[in-house]
Amino acid sequence: MSPEKMTRMANQIATFFESQPDADKAGSVAAHLKEFWEPRMLEKLAAHLKTGGEGLSPLALEASKRVTA
Amino acid sequence: MKDFIIPTSKDMDMGTPASKSTEMVTLTIDGFDVTVPEGTSVMRASAEAGIQVPKLCATDSVEAFGSCRLCVVEIEGRRGTPASCTTPVTSGMVVKTQSSKVKKIRKGVMELYISDHPLDCLTCSANGDCELQDMAGMVGLRDVRYEAVANHFEARDTSGEANAQFIPKDDSNPYFTYDPAKCIVCSRCVRACEEVQGTFALTIEGMGFNSRVSAGAGGDDFLSSDCVSCGACVQACPTATLQEKSVIEMGTPERSVITTCAYCGVGCSFKAELNGDDLVRMVPYKHGEANRGHSCVKGRFAWGYANHSDRILNPMIRDKITDPWKEVSWDEAISYTAKRLRDLQAKHGVKSIGGITSSRCTNEETYLVQKMIRSTFGNNNTDTCARVCHSPTGYGLKTTFGTSAGTQNFDSVEETDVVIIIGANPTDGHPVFASRLKKRLRQGAKLIVIDPRRTDIVKSAHIEAQHHLPLLPGTNVAVMSSIAHVIVTEGLMDEEFIRTRCDWDEFAHYAEFISDPRHAPEATAMLTGVDPQELRAAAKLFATGGNGSIYYGLGVTEHSQGSTTVMAIANLAMMTGNLGKNGVGVNPLRGQNNVQGACDMGSFPHELPGYRHVSDDATREVFEAIWGGKIDPEPGLRIPNMLDAAVDGTFKGLYCQGEDILQSDPDTKHVQAGLAAMECVIVHDLFLNETANYAHVFLPGSTFLEKDGTFTNAERRINRVRKVMAPKNGYADWEITMMLANAMDAGWTYTHPSQIMDEIAATTPGFANVNYEMLETRGSVQWPCNDDKPDGSPIMHVDGFARGKGQFIITEYVATDEKTGPRFPLLLTTGRTLSQYNVGAQTRRTENVVWHEEDVLEIHPHDAEVRGVRDGQYVRLASRAGETQLRAKITDRVSTGVVYTTFHHPDTQANVITTDYSDWATNCPEYKVTAVQVALSNGPSEWQEDYNAQAAQSRRILPAAE
Repeated sequence: MSPEKMTRMANQIATFFESQPDADKAGSVAAHLKEFWEPRMLEKLAAHLKTGGEGLSPLALEASKRVTA
Repeated sequence: MKDFIIPTSKDMDMGTPASKSTEMVTLTIDGFDVTVPEGTSVMRASAEAGIQVPKLCATDSVEAFGSCRLCVVEIEGRRGTPASCTTPVTSGMVVKTQSSKVKKIRKGVMELYISDHPLDCLTCSANGDCELQDMAGMVGLRDVRYEAVANHFEARDTSGEANAQFIPKDDSNPYFTYDPAKCIVCSRCVRACEEVQGTFALTIEGMGFNSRVSAGAGGDDFLSSDCVSCGACVQACPTATLQEKSVIEMGTPERSVITTCAYCGVGCSFKAELNGDDLVRMVPYKHGEANRGHSCVKGRFAWGYANHSDRILNPMIRDKITDPWKEVSWDEAISYTAKRLRDLQAKHGVKSIGGITSSRCTNEETYLVQKMIRSTFGNNNTDTCARVCHSPTGYGLKTTFGTSAGTQNFDSVEETDVVIIIGANPTDGHPVFASRLKKRLRQGAKLIVIDPRRTDIVKSAHIEAQHHLPLLPGTNVAVMSSIAHVIVTEGLMDEEFIRTRCDWDEFAHYAEFISDPRHAPEATAMLTGVDPQELRAAAKLFATGGNGSIYYGLGVTEHSQGSTTVMAIANLAMMTGNLGKNGVGVNPLRGQNNVQGACDMGSFPHELPGYRHVSDDATREVFEAIWGGKIDPEPGLRIPNMLDAAVDGTFKGLYCQGEDILQSDPDTKHVQAGLAAMECVIVHDLFLNETANYAHVFLPGSTFLEKDGTFTNAERRINRVRKVMAPKNGYADWEITMMLANAMDAGWTYTHPSQIMDEIAATTPGFANVNYEMLETRGSVQWPCNDDKPDGSPIMHVDGFARGKGQFIITEYVATDEKTGPRFPLLLTTGRTLSQYNVGAQTRRTENVVWHEEDVLEIHPHDAEVRGVRDGQYVRLASRAGETQLRAKITDRVSTGVVYTTFHHPDTQANVITTDYSDWATNCPEYKVTAVQVALSNGPSEWQEDYNAQAAQSRRILPAAE
């Protein structure tokens, strides 16, 4: 999966939760990623974060950090 | 209803439809007391008492007509001899169905009928299955005094002159014939076409002796008329006038088995009628609770693929996809496959393989496939084609209501007052439901259609939507939010429902969000292209028009915001109080027969059966206790993720049961790349489908006629699939999955699918009380079916939502990334047509191709004109993903800026064009929105040529060794 596709998918999820009233939006995004993304997708996300996480929206970035921590 | 099998009391034609009244009336018929609901006809009351009154124009699928005068009876205190079909019962009525007076009348009537009917009973195709024959026998007709001087059945008179009244047989329809010579003009067919199907294709032309059944206008035959070949007229015809060609060819069948159609998610019940193991015809079963005796052209007639010469009956293997196929024994195929999969796992890890179940397969088969993957493969890389159709329904309805399922049964439509149809084309995709809906609309229910195209349900015979909102593809959320905006800002919501059934504070927050002027129809019109006044009127109608129901399809789910739209639909139903009773609800129209079941059975990679996440320890323990071994607590790969992982080199082997991902999944080139990167692709199917071009193992599958099991339709109805003939490939599909699992040391010992259902019931709370014995007695049941709901659940969320309080979700519109621009200025949306099903693997191998032999591109006259495109010309359709060529069809069904095609034919491959964009929550592909350009074409695209060459190369089969 290309980094562009992965960041687009993560950003889509973040965009949804951005609009929700959840107190911890990053937590909701992270929970969604954990619930639906297979570990090797999360590994790719982690690798992408290591190289700066280019293209991830701020909320997606924060959530990605939490889910791959 | 013709029924050559001596009707059991259950199947007997009762003459007129049942009354729904709860008031009971007692009368006396031939000395017996009979108690029936008010409004019942005397004819039906007699039938209830086991007394059959002779009849010709009456049948219980249509309202009484009173034209044949054969059913006359005597009623004490009434003058004359009233027709029993049109006379309603009254309390204390005393009826005599047999008297010398009525016998004489009946004999006279029959004599007149027979005087204009050929006496070729022995060679007639309805011999033994003809009501005219039965009635002649029943009234004791022994001779006919009249000479047929003027008649309708002799081509020439005795002097050799052509008979002007004779009309030759019309065999233009591929499945049935119309023989006017046999017609008694009872009008049953005309009434069935109107009342049951709702197409109004048939009429009675002329008057008196010149009255004839006619399809369409003058010059039309059955094929060129509006006839949709549903078979309702054939079913209603009492003679050989309308007759299945298969019966003409094969003779009347001698046994029948009740089973469930394997096409769309309506899940119609059929009687498969056979001679030995030759299937003669499929007849809709009148006690089927989904279809109530109706059918469409696919289920009724398009079953010939089961015997098609393309069917592969022997297992085949090959080392490389460039090799020709080699036929091998089942043992060799299974052990070869097991070894290759285990070798891949040894080399690339436990998670390097997976499988895809299909919504075409039974619950039991799907359950076994996900069980094999989770317990034998040892990972959660299982998915289903529901991923690419209704996965957002699962996510959206679970979030809002707590259960991933539609809320109603199909009968509910009979009590609805206002219907919203969004992103669904029921007259093509779910025709039997559409007929039931149209019946309700003709009774006065109102209709709102939200669809980019002017589908047939928007306007057809005696049906017209009050509002059609032709939105731009990709703007569902904006339109649904605007509807909610109007309802909330105008105070039209059902406050009591919201206060008692939902969280009021949560709603208050939602109301604040949705009341913002940016959601007003006037503000969203720029995005959606929908007239704000029309939208406002539609919103008000839905909120104030009585029982409001919402039916939706893949035009909702297959978008970047598919899940959000599903939640917007749920919001709308909750705010208007349209849940928990008859006539309302949220109704996903499922594409394939067992989409609901495939989802229920745990085929998604994150969920075990019953929609329980794999990370839940207690759920895993339930299955581990029965399956043995440990279940991976991490979610597996979804179909698009599998393909990505394959391209990345970490996913190497795929077991693909009953699904053609190469044709049906989006962005064909990406699917091709994923499949080509795998080292072991196993296709388990009826035909060498497109995916099989990239397969190393082909396991021949069995049809729905060749196995036992269950399907769960769109209304959560679990219906039996019954084996009517032995599998031509040697094994039922569940046996094949079991052989593969056992070759990988699973140690399974099932001997019948009923045992698999018992395991499902033991592990899955919603199915706790379901078993084959119960289905045998009840016919079908809607889940949840357990100790709380021992009779199943026709309507869900009656007293409260499955999750407790219904949850309102903020639905902010987000434009898809797929945008039009100078290179790709048009939006392509896709759908299906009545005669074809999904990728067409089945229906293309039937006579249904006469209605749709190729996919065409619908384009608005304006868009066509500026491109110099004429009707029927080949055009090149290109997106950033790929290009193909197909014929243009110029029509104003689509708006300017929008083009539309179907995806039934691999030659055009609409999915070369679609992109890899997907729903934010579920990865359901965005099939419905692709930016494209259309131009005149110079011939097949390079991709099409390469594809066809590869397919031809890949489909070679080595001659079997001597």
